[in-house]
Parts: sequence; C-alpha cells; structure tokens
Amino acid sequence: MIELNSIRKAFNQGRHNEYWALSGIDLSIPEKRVTALKGPSGSGKTTLLTILGCLARPTEGRVRLKGEDISGLPERFLTEIRRQTFGFIFQQFNLIRGLSAIENVILPAFPTGRPRRELREKAEALLADVDLGHRREAKVEWLSGGEQQRVAICRALINDPELLIADEPTANLDTKLSQEFLAILEKLAAAGRTIVLTSHDPLVVESDVVDFVVSLRDGRIVDEK
Amino acid sequence: MKTWIEKQKHLIDFTLASLSRRKGKNLGLLFIYGLLVFVLASVALYTHALRAEAQKVLAGTPEIVLQRLVAGRHDLIPPGYIEKIGRVRGVQKQEGRLWGYYYDSVVKANYTFMAPRDMQIERGEIVVGPALERSRGLAAGNGISFRSYSGELHTFIVGDVLPQGSELVSADLVLMNEADFRAFFRYPEGHYTDIALAVANPQEIRNVALKLMAALPDSRPILRDEVLRTYASIFDWREGIMLALLAAAILAFGIFAWEKAAGLSAEEKREIGILKAIGWETGDVIKMKFWEGLLISLLAFLLGYVAAWLHVFHANAALFEPVLKGWAVLYPSFRLTPHIDGLQVATLFFFTVFPYTAAVLVPIWRAATTDPDTVMRS
Repeated sequence: MIELNSIRKAFNQGRHNEYWALSGIDLSIPEKRVTALKGPSGSGKTTLLTILGCLARPTEGRVRLKGEDISGLPERFLTEIRRQTFGFIFQQFNLIRGLSAIENVILPAFPTGRPRRELREKAEALLADVDLGHRREAKVEWLSGGEQQRVAICRALINDPELLIADEPTANLDTKLSQEFLAILEKLAAAGRTIVLTSHDPLVVESDVVDFVVSLRDGRIVDEK
Repeated sequence: MKTWIEKQKHLIDFTLASLSRRKGKNLGLLFIYGLLVFVLASVALYTHALRAEAQKVLAGTPEIVLQRLVAGRHDLIPPGYIEKIGRVRGVQKQEGRLWGYYYDSVVKANYTFMAPRDMQIERGEIVVGPALERSRGLAAGNGISFRSYSGELHTFIVGDVLPQGSELVSADLVLMNEADFRAFFRYPEGHYTDIALAVANPQEIRNVALKLMAALPDSRPILRDEVLRTYASIFDWREGIMLALLAAAILAFGIFAWEKAAGLSAEEKREIGILKAIGWETGDVIKMKFWEGLLISLLAFLLGYVAAWLHVFHANAALFEPVLKGWAVLYPSFRLTPHIDGLQVATLFFFTVFPYTAAVLVPIWRAATTDPDTVMRS
C-alpha cells in the first residue's frame, strides 16, 4: 500500500547540528496487514512513522501511496491525504482537554463539512464499540489512561481511514490495558484495516496480531520478519 | 456551499467550546474590552447627541443677533437702532430683546432673566425654568424675592414652570414682564440688550450682516451658523479632553490585547499541532482563530455599545457628565434624544474589532504553518 524508496531524513540540514534520522530506507507496507516498527530510542522509528503518515516529507527519496508518488506534494494536498487515508493514535493520545470524549472523536471530521448529526451518530457507534458509550459526554481529562486511548482510537477511525498509524500505543498502559488494546487491534485488523505501529514493547511486537516486524537501528532497517 | 456552511458551523462550534474552556481568561478579556468600547462609545454618543440637541434648539433661533459694542464690550442698544435696521434690505423682521444675568447667592447660581416678546406675562409674575423649580423648590403660585443690583428687593409670584423638553436651553431661565425687567435692572426705556433679526433668504445672511456693519459701525452681528460652530467646537474640545484622559487607558488595553492576542500559550500551540496532525488544514486553524477573535471583539463591541447607549440615554451619562456637560451650578437635567450615527458606529467598530481580530491572526498564522509532525514528538 505504501512504498518507500531510498528514504533519508535530515534535521537541521546545513547547520552545525545537522542530524540524519533516517539513512536509506526501502520499505513496503502491505495492505490489510499489521506492521510493527521496532527499535531502541533514536533508531528513527517515529521519524519513519511520520513519513509514512504524511506528517513529514523526506529529505531524499520517494514515498508512493497506492502507486502514486506523494513525496513532493505541497502541504495542502498532504493534509487532504492525511485526513482521508490515515488515522493517528499518538503515544500521549493528544486529546484536546476540556472537550468531551465525543467532541474529541468528531474533531478530525470537522474540515470535511459532514453534518453534525451524522458525525455524532458515527462517533457514538465507535465509542460503543470500545465500551465507552456511557462515557461519551465525560471530559477527556476525567478518563483513565485506557479510556483516553480508546477515545484516541475512535478519533482515528471517525473519517473511516484505510490505514491506522499508532506511535508507541502501549507505552503508557499497564499489561491488562495493553492486552485490551491488542484485542481492539485484532478487531481492526480483522475488519481489513492496514495498521502501522511503532513499539519496543515485546507484548506488542511478539503478538499474533502483528504480521510483520521491521527492526531499525541508527536510521537503517536491520531486520524484517 | 452546504458543505462550506456546515464546515464554518463546525469551526464556530469548536471556537465556542475553546472559549468556554478558558472561561476566566476570556471573560476577563471580554470585560476589559467591553469596558473600553463602553467608554469610547459613551463619549461619542454623548457628544454627538449634545451636538444634535444644540442644533435642534438653535434651529429656532434668529438668523442674526445684533449687539452693540462700546470699547469692545457688549453694551445696550440705544433707541433708534431698530428703526435704522428696518431700512436694510433682506431683513424680514427685527425685534429688540431684553435679557440679563442674575446671581442668586442662596443657591450660588446664575440665572438668565428675560422679557419674552412672544409670551404674555402679567406684572409681578415670573415663569421659571425646571432647574429653578428644583433648586429653589418653586412651583406655580409660590412667591420668590430677588434683590436687584440696585439693592431693592423685588417679589414675584411663579405663574408657571417651563416644560422639561426645553431644559437644555431653559434650565436657568426666569421670564418676566418687560416693565418688571426694566424696573429690576433699571433699564432705560427704549434700550434693549440686543436685536434679533430674521432673514428670509439663507444665502443673504452674510450680505445682510455686512450691510448692518456698514449701517451701524459700532455693532457686531452674530450669525446663527457661527453660534452652531462654536457649540460644535466646544463639544469637540470637551470630547478631546475626555479622549486625552482616556488615552492612557486605551494604550493599556492595546498592550494587554496585543499581548493576549499575539502570544500563544503552550497549550494553544499544542492544540494547533494536534488539529493539524489529525487532518485540519492551516487555513482551517486560521479560520477557527479568526472566528475566535471576531466573536470576542464583536461581543465586546455589542456589549460595550449597548451599555454605552443605556448609560448615555437612560442614565444621563452619569459617569462623564461633569466633564462633557460643563461645571455649571445648575445642571440641566435634560433627556437626550437617542441618535445613532452610522459613520460613528463604523469608525468605532473599525478601531476596536479590526485591530484585535488582526492581532489574533498573526501568531496563529506562524503557529499554524509549523510542521504537523511536531505533535508526534511532544
């Protein structure tokens, strides 16, 4: 579904503190499969994830989404692609404090101009799917870590994306909650979604839900299973 | 089009939710902002209404008032002058007026005594203005004595009290019979304070004034337009003083608003990053903040303007009355006619709503154009 060719990514390019986070990545993300990127801190997995999710552009190399080269597209078009194709689950969940769970879930759909009633119905169904129907009007800061993550998952699904991007999804969860997350992941994978996640949690990368594991070190792929 | 409207509704909904999330900060801003609009609008509405009132009142006054000068000072019009004016072409009507000032030591106020031509007042009777009614507790049928400048005590019976509607010009007025007036001030028979002239053709007023100066070289014609201009400049001057006093407050607000609008908190920056990462375009974020700025400034403008309206037209501009109306002892307690000037509203709107909305957008534009991947690293 996504193909990366000779991807390199530099930060502070041309300055004294220039740093290459990725140095020549060739990778193919298969459709309707769960791919995990693993590696130690500083290995470049989050940088790779931002490039896969169109949150950042590579310094060098090509990114193809369903065969179309998107590496040189301006920000406006990347935003459009991001909204239509990707759903994001961030490590810190990144929910907007002060808003209710349901308001957070429908946020990514605002720029689409879909009617509010339709959005609320969809959000209610998504929250009910993850057993959060009764907490939909609760402010997100009142929710537990596990509940916040489930709200973040619903938010990622509101625009019905083909591809889900999750950055260290279990980093802030205990074992029980991590297992609950994997159960949700399994359901999403069974529903035919493509999922890319980063993790160094063995519970995740060694789980049966994950189809492919890509290991990174110092900005390079060192192993693919 | 429907999608666009729906999108704007979403953005406004989110903006309102954002505003309510930072209630304390936004209510504080709304209060200070509204207060500034209130003060500026009060000054503008009040002086404008005063000017309009003065114009309305002066519309009924004579086109020219002729005074006689002796050594550059106003002196009485001697007999024969009115007859001379009768020969000046263009003058439709001329009449001598009798009026003077009287200082009442009881209430430490000045009254204007006058013998009207168009009103029949019996000897020994007076008609008083509403301010006298209040300050001396007078009513029709009461008696009051004034000691004249010659030391004699004159007693009058109040025949009537003038209506409140005319109070702007009649607050301190005491009307009396011509014979009483002459006796009180020891005015010689045939002498007048000044002469009021009616000129039919407004284009001819200046020519008539020139002819009068030629025919009566020791006289000074005062045109109604000049009086109107003087009133206007007095009110402008007072408005200027008020605004000068307020300048410091306006400046303080400007700094406060700029600080608030131009500086984004870490929380706001984080939120912008999240919105961009989940698929909001830079334009959507800017529009959302634009709505935020517009809603705050518009609401502050409306609240401030309505409060100013109530303050000026229902509470008699109690806060600025001493400065804007003057320090006369007998305050006229008149009701101004509510009047809104479109240009004035537009000017106030432009100088309050526009700068704030613009100030909000600059930092947002900077924050909204940052790369969305920063949120992944927060």
